[in-house]
Amino acid sequence: MKKMKKFLSLALAAAMTAGVFAGCGEEKTTGSDNSAQSSSSDSGSSEGTLKIGCMGPLTGDNAAYGEAVNNGAQLAVEEINAEGGINGMQVEFKCEDDEADAEKAVNAYNSLKDWGMQMVMGAVTSGACTAVSAETANDHMFQITPSGTSMDCVAPYDNVFRLCFSDPAQGTKSAEYIASKGLATKIAVIYDSSDTYSSGIYQSFAAEAKNQGLEIVAAEAFTADNKTDFSVQLQKAKDSGAELVFLPIYYQQASAILQQADKMGFAPQWFGCDGMDGILGVDGFDTSLAEGLMLLTPFATDASDEKTQNFNKAYEEEFGIEPIQFAADAYDAIYAIKLAAEDAGLTADMDPSEMCDKMMESMLNINLDGLTGVDGITWDASGEPNKAPKGVKIENGAYVSMD
Amino acid sequence: MNVMWKKMKKTTKSNMITFGMVILAYAVIQAMVMTGNISSLFKGLLVPVCTYVILAISLNLVVGILGELSLGHAGFMCVGAFASAFFSKCMQGVIASDGLRFFLALLIGAAAAGIFGILIGIPVLRLKGDYLAIVTLAFGEIIKNVINVMFIGKDANGFHFSTKDVISLNMEPDGVVLVNGPQGITGTPKDSTFTIGVILILITLIIIINLVNSRSGRAIMAIRDNRIAAESIGINITKYKLMAFSISAAMAGCAGVLYAHNLSSLTATPKNFGYNMSIMILVFVVLGGIGNIRGSIIAAVILTLLPELLRGLSDYRMLIYAIVLIVMMLFNWAPKAIEWREKYLGRLKHRKKTTKEA
Repeated sequence: MKKMKKFLSLALAAAMTAGVFAGCGEEKTTGSDNSAQSSSSDSGSSEGTLKIGCMGPLTGDNAAYGEAVNNGAQLAVEEINAEGGINGMQVEFKCEDDEADAEKAVNAYNSLKDWGMQMVMGAVTSGACTAVSAETANDHMFQITPSGTSMDCVAPYDNVFRLCFSDPAQGTKSAEYIASKGLATKIAVIYDSSDTYSSGIYQSFAAEAKNQGLEIVAAEAFTADNKTDFSVQLQKAKDSGAELVFLPIYYQQASAILQQADKMGFAPQWFGCDGMDGILGVDGFDTSLAEGLMLLTPFATDASDEKTQNFNKAYEEEFGIEPIQFAADAYDAIYAIKLAAEDAGLTADMDPSEMCDKMMESMLNINLDGLTGVDGITWDASGEPNKAPKGVKIENGAYVSMD
Repeated sequence: MNVMWKKMKKTTKSNMITFGMVILAYAVIQAMVMTGNISSLFKGLLVPVCTYVILAISLNLVVGILGELSLGHAGFMCVGAFASAFFSKCMQGVIASDGLRFFLALLIGAAAAGIFGILIGIPVLRLKGDYLAIVTLAFGEIIKNVINVMFIGKDANGFHFSTKDVISLNMEPDGVVLVNGPQGITGTPKDSTFTIGVILILITLIIIINLVNSRSGRAIMAIRDNRIAAESIGINITKYKLMAFSISAAMAGCAGVLYAHNLSSLTATPKNFGYNMSIMILVFVVLGGIGNIRGSIIAAVILTLLPELLRGLSDYRMLIYAIVLIVMMLFNWAPKAIEWREKYLGRLKHRKKTTKEA
């Protein structure tokens, strides 16, 4: 029996090693042809291809964000390829699952490198993005994150750019906005202390509120393990006499907060960030409760401009659901790559490091008229985007601009 | 040589095979890296594989040798990871040599996790069976949540600590936030290498194998086999239980150090340090065979590589992974499967023997 076990374990080990080796070889040889799903390789193949990789959560709790980024980017890539590609190069796009985990994100990055990726559009979540940024900086590969909001994703590295607002930018801009519009002086905050996005915004909001003369009368936290009952936090906010409650959280929890506040008879002004986008689409949520909710967001699905409308239509036709902000971010990120690549005059025979050098210069020259920046988006050497946030308010079940 | 091999004790032989397997794998892979015959994915997986192998070996000490079910192993890994990453972050620029800094970080990670092992072990090891499993599970979750509310900063006046947020640290403007609550520690230097990982695996193996074949090890196994009998011959149950538990915790801490210094962002999420991870490590041990050190090494390697090699299947990846896991479990441990293997593979072996004799 013991011998049998020994034999079996040896056989398994051998099989596995063989599998690993076979895996490597296979990936190297077939990597370039099995990935043509998103590119129409029938045209312009003489000019070569540009391979853009993405790593995001396609499974698990945050799959909605990863899927949205994947879809938004696919849409942009299809449009670009239909119009002849970038400098004649067809674009190939591939998204690998990272389960929103730092370790898996690095694995996804490495597997995309084997595929022949030349630049990175990712990662989707902050923690994963920070880990991937260190790798791209090491390899000197160009990276733009559509939705990694933490400062650590971008600030320490000069090859990494960001399309969305960073956490501090959102918090600071929210405080500025509230003070300049004179919305309130006594503010309560309810945030998710176990979430990097939420606690990041809260920290910068609290710092800027002090400068703006706003008083934070209550700062109540909840965690991911305990996000259904908010009565304690709401009661404290109510007792503190807050005129406005700032909610730097995602819309799923915000909808629960609004419902529970309504039951308690607590009706302050509500103010949210870009994570709030999508609240009108929550199943079983009475949208009349969201009346008067203000949010600062770079993208609103209900915006009336032609570009957003066309995007919404194309997205719904292709994927059968309404786009969320992450999809718009990814769509814009691909177009930012296109603009910069055209400015830099990239060709398919350059290696990723050479491309990175040129892209880093060209990113500073471009002005992207995108979905998530009304008056154009520009970048500076820090990698942060310069764009104006939109203040919108929910009136009669629709987003209305406040400016 | 052949005579020596035959004269050797059975356990020594088995241990030599285990060591040989690790060293051979290291040599082959190192040769592949040198000649550039290795994919980026596989290269990136080398350090994580070492991490999980160490975790599997160390948990096997508690589950297999001590015979207690622990579901909080990821908690010890978490302690080691954060303690060492915090140290490295503070000492970046102070200790010039990367090697020395990482060596100290390893010692600190192992010591911190070991101390936690003793602290947790004293009350917890008085429990048995299911109760112990549940308490260790709770402990792992507590560690994770405590780390998520820790804020530590450093400025000219020294360290600042808070459990609320960064603002309540009250730092000077030049202060740096080292541990930022749920955002964890970022910018840990990337010191982990495959060579260090393999050296750590070998050290772990030496410690465990020597422990198992020592007086203490026999005492630990006596407790596993019959607690009352062990107590009646004067074995100090608490002492030996605590010994196994804290050694296992220190090793998990080492694995945590390796994990933390391989990624630039370290956050305590349910995925990497929650009970999911603890159960994952337990799966390595159970699949490889409870008490079988070599088996847990092989199981850890296979189960870490499998989901990555299945990437090509995209959405079906996790489904296939689960199915493969069930099939492997059945093939290894179902009585019918063992019977089948004995019948067919045994015949194969028998035939080999007869041809040799002839």
